[in-house]
Amino acid sequence: MSAAPEAVRLHTPAPSPPTTPTKKPASRPHVTIRGLSKRFDSTVIYDRFDLDIPRGELISVFGPNGCGKSTLINMVAGLIPPDAGQILFDGMRLDEIKFGYVFQNYREALFPWLRAFDNIAYPLKVMQVSPAERRARTEKLVVHLGVKLDLNLYPYQMSGGQQQLVSIMRALVVEPEILFLDEPFSALDYEMTLFMREQLQRIFMETGTTTVLVSHDLEEAVFLADRVLLLSRHPARVADFTPVTAPRPRTDATLSEPEFVGTKAHCLDVFQREVRRA
Amino acid sequence: MRAKALKPLLPAIGVAGLIAVWSLVSWQQWVDPVLLPSPIETGKALWTGMGGALGFDFVKTVYRTAASTAIAAVMGIPLGILLGSSELLYRSLEFVIDFFRSTPASAMFPLFLVLFGVGDETKISVAAFGAILVILFNVAYGVMNARKTRLLAAKVMGASRLRVLFDVMLLESLPQTFVGLRNGVSLALVIIVVAEMFIGSQDGLGHSVFEAQQLFDMPRMYAAIFAAGALGYGLNLLFLVVERRFVHWAGK
Repeated sequence: MSAAPEAVRLHTPAPSPPTTPTKKPASRPHVTIRGLSKRFDSTVIYDRFDLDIPRGELISVFGPNGCGKSTLINMVAGLIPPDAGQILFDGMRLDEIKFGYVFQNYREALFPWLRAFDNIAYPLKVMQVSPAERRARTEKLVVHLGVKLDLNLYPYQMSGGQQQLVSIMRALVVEPEILFLDEPFSALDYEMTLFMREQLQRIFMETGTTTVLVSHDLEEAVFLADRVLLLSRHPARVADFTPVTAPRPRTDATLSEPEFVGTKAHCLDVFQREVRRA
Repeated sequence: MRAKALKPLLPAIGVAGLIAVWSLVSWQQWVDPVLLPSPIETGKALWTGMGGALGFDFVKTVYRTAASTAIAAVMGIPLGILLGSSELLYRSLEFVIDFFRSTPASAMFPLFLVLFGVGDETKISVAAFGAILVILFNVAYGVMNARKTRLLAAKVMGASRLRVLFDVMLLESLPQTFVGLRNGVSLALVIIVVAEMFIGSQDGLGHSVFEAQQLFDMPRMYAAIFAAGALGYGLNLLFLVVERRFVHWAGK
């Protein structure tokens, strides 16, 4: 298969800041996407799309509206079948690996008849883990993440941010090799979004799980990412795969540092160029 | 603050108003007292009746309504789940179900009389027939309208079709199932009371109303009507309470 020119090569050593010791060197891509094609009716969303997702990094996907950001992770996570192409995780198929997926709409993604704790433990039930071990593993995760939440509540008794936190924990309880988040904070108010960014960063630093985040907020995308995947209008190509080198943990102060501002400006440039191209 | 404290008492105003108007009308004899007895007479008939014949009829009607609703639920819920979980099956049967759901169950009396004779079986089975379709339709609707994201969430966690059905779809459809049960029990009561009036019946509230009317015993007739009303209201309330207990997440 001939690699399209926009295929991203990851052999350049990723500048990984010393503050993230959990991160393994990106020697070998974690996810390889080759020749991915998808059309909805007559609209070609992806046409022989290639991409390598590096291991242990947090990738933000950003691009013009309707370019297929969510479609990309939905195909990678197996929610939508691609028309053609291959997606492999360390050479394995999706059904051979453990992964987590967080929906934008936490209200509809959580099970309102289960308490938060049982919501988090549910994927283990699907995996037919014994109740005692389910309990133990869920408790371990809660302690590990240092989450201060009353998990005896039902989801509808919690705030939006708390519910989304429960969703993220539900995705993490299986100790996934890769975590997908589809605009996880876009239904939250700004205050809660800021809080949740911090939580997600902390979780990422704790677990070092390869994470793919779809975002429609450039600041959020850059703030959280090790690399920002900028997509063009459909048929989507990789417009740029910008590394974000700001050290973690990033804070509110990071937002105004020249380097961060520069990266964000660069991403915005690429974005504007892609929007105007149409 | 004061208005808030009085709020639970508001329904009593309607009741008091009704009794007041009724008392006035019967005291002024604006309506022939033979047709409209006073509230006190009616209350007396209700009180003594419930301790005797009317109470017996009441229990009979409760039994028939409960039996027909139970049969309808036992048959309608699994069928509804089956139908709701297969779009193709539902679409192929939708018209038939809708047609019979729209058919007045009372039109089926003669047929069921031929099938089951003039006993309890006929009344119960006609009522069950009416209630099944209502329950089935609502359950199927509830299953079909399970939130897509929730089903997807279970699927993405690797849940099998069967697990999605039992862990997600069934619970997702519960609120709508209760709507079906409430409508079903109301319909069953209507059919039972009508059946008790006309099909060579010896007891039940319908029989009681009809017999009192034939004997021109108006206080007793009104008492039986109120007993039937209380039963209908009580059954609905019962299902609401059970629903709130088991479907605590509904509407949240």
